[in-house]
Amino acid sequence: MTHEPAQERRAATVTPYEDGPLLLRGDFEIVTPDGEHIDAGRPTVALCRCGRSRIKPFCDGTHKLIGFRAPADRQPTRPDPSDAEQL
Amino acid sequence: MRLPEARGDLSAAVIEGLRSGQAVEVAHLPKLRDTDPLADEDLQLALTVCYELHYSGFEDVDDRWEWHPGLLALRAEMEQLFERALRALTGPQPAVGAAEIPAALTALTAEHDGPSLGRHIQSHATIEQFREFVVHRSLYQLKEADPHTFAIPRLAGRAKAALIEIQIDEYGSGRLPRMHAELFRTTMSCLGLNTEYGAYLDRLPATTLAVTNMLSMFALHRRLRAALTGQLAAFEMGSSLPNSRYANGLRRLGGDSRATLFYDEHVEADAVHEQIAAHDMCGSLVAEHPELSADVLFGAAASEALGGRASAHLLDSWAAGASSLRPVTGPGSAGRLPETQLPAGVAS
Ligand code: FES
Ligand SMILES: [Fe+2]
Ligand SMILES: [Fe+2]
Repeated sequence: MTHEPAQERRAATVTPYEDGPLLLRGDFEIVTPDGEHIDAGRPTVALCRCGRSRIKPFCDGTHKLIGFRAPADRQPTRPDPSDAEQL
Repeated sequence: MRLPEARGDLSAAVIEGLRSGQAVEVAHLPKLRDTDPLADEDLQLALTVCYELHYSGFEDVDDRWEWHPGLLALRAEMEQLFERALRALTGPQPAVGAAEIPAALTALTAEHDGPSLGRHIQSHATIEQFREFVVHRSLYQLKEADPHTFAIPRLAGRAKAALIEIQIDEYGSGRLPRMHAELFRTTMSCLGLNTEYGAYLDRLPATTLAVTNMLSMFALHRRLRAALTGQLAAFEMGSSLPNSRYANGLRRLGGDSRATLFYDEHVEADAVHEQIAAHDMCGSLVAEHPELSADVLFGAAASEALGGRASAHLLDSWAAGASSLRPVTGPGSAGRLPETQLPAGVAS
């Protein structure tokens, strides 16, 4: 049996979960705009995308209390008349 | 851990059998009574003793009892009653497609208004009540994640990978100080509690034992692996919000960041785990095995129901001005809780 060189961590991936956070996996680092390191604490993290977490940038489950809705895929861009009014 | 005190004929037969080393003869065991198996002190303790042989065992018991045919036959009878009662409590579950599994789990685990242990602990619990709460949770939390590890060889593909992704985090990525069971041990010692596994077993009522027994039953039967995944998803999905309340409650009572770390960690970790559990583990399992969908939901519903009963017992006892733990039996200080307040900032 040959010894493989230590495997590189896989490139980072971001996965939107339906009505919930973004899961970040792989070789990532979270930094402030000034470049300060933010401790992720674990190999896979959940980033808040509902805006209401009390431990941002991480998710704390609050999205469930506020009925946050968002798809797991790219939100379809379709012309919506109500959008046009707001513009 | 040492063998507990018996609570009736059934647990006495099991405990005495183990202690004396005499073969347990199913035929000679007392007839199983038809009380509510989920609240039966005797039955739930006997089950706990049988299951603990598969985890860390008992100091005063020969390890070979784990696979003793007579004891396993008796356990099977008890499990039949237990599972039947759990299925009756939760009712039949619908067969849903893989894509609907996360939504079905979310619906089963949604928070409702009304009395909640988390809200009571956050705003009102006394330090004595907080200690009791921790004692109730200790039988599971000191072996946190262990029951679910039994499911790893019983899953395959994406569901297996998802379970492992969760378990790696539960076990602190293999670093002992980050292991969730160790964080719980730290919280216990900050509260002045005995961190030895099973130290408080005699004080835990059937409603508390039933939760851990359910995990062990699901974990030790491959047939029930889908229920175990559903149960884990329900645990994870009902965790972040209550844990933030437990952390706040402990801070209010003077707990420092070391004492509250177990709860703070779970707010963040379980927000990750719940997504992986519902979508990647349960969703993938049902995509691969559509026939398992009802069992996934059964596991989640059973977890919610038993967890709710266990919490209600604490709230009801406290509302009546009583302790939620069984009284201390026998001489000595074993199983006694400290009576001191938690001095602010001294917990470290
Ligand atoms: S996405 Fe979970 S709290 Fe915002
Ligand atoms: Fe955990
Ligand atoms: Fe978890």
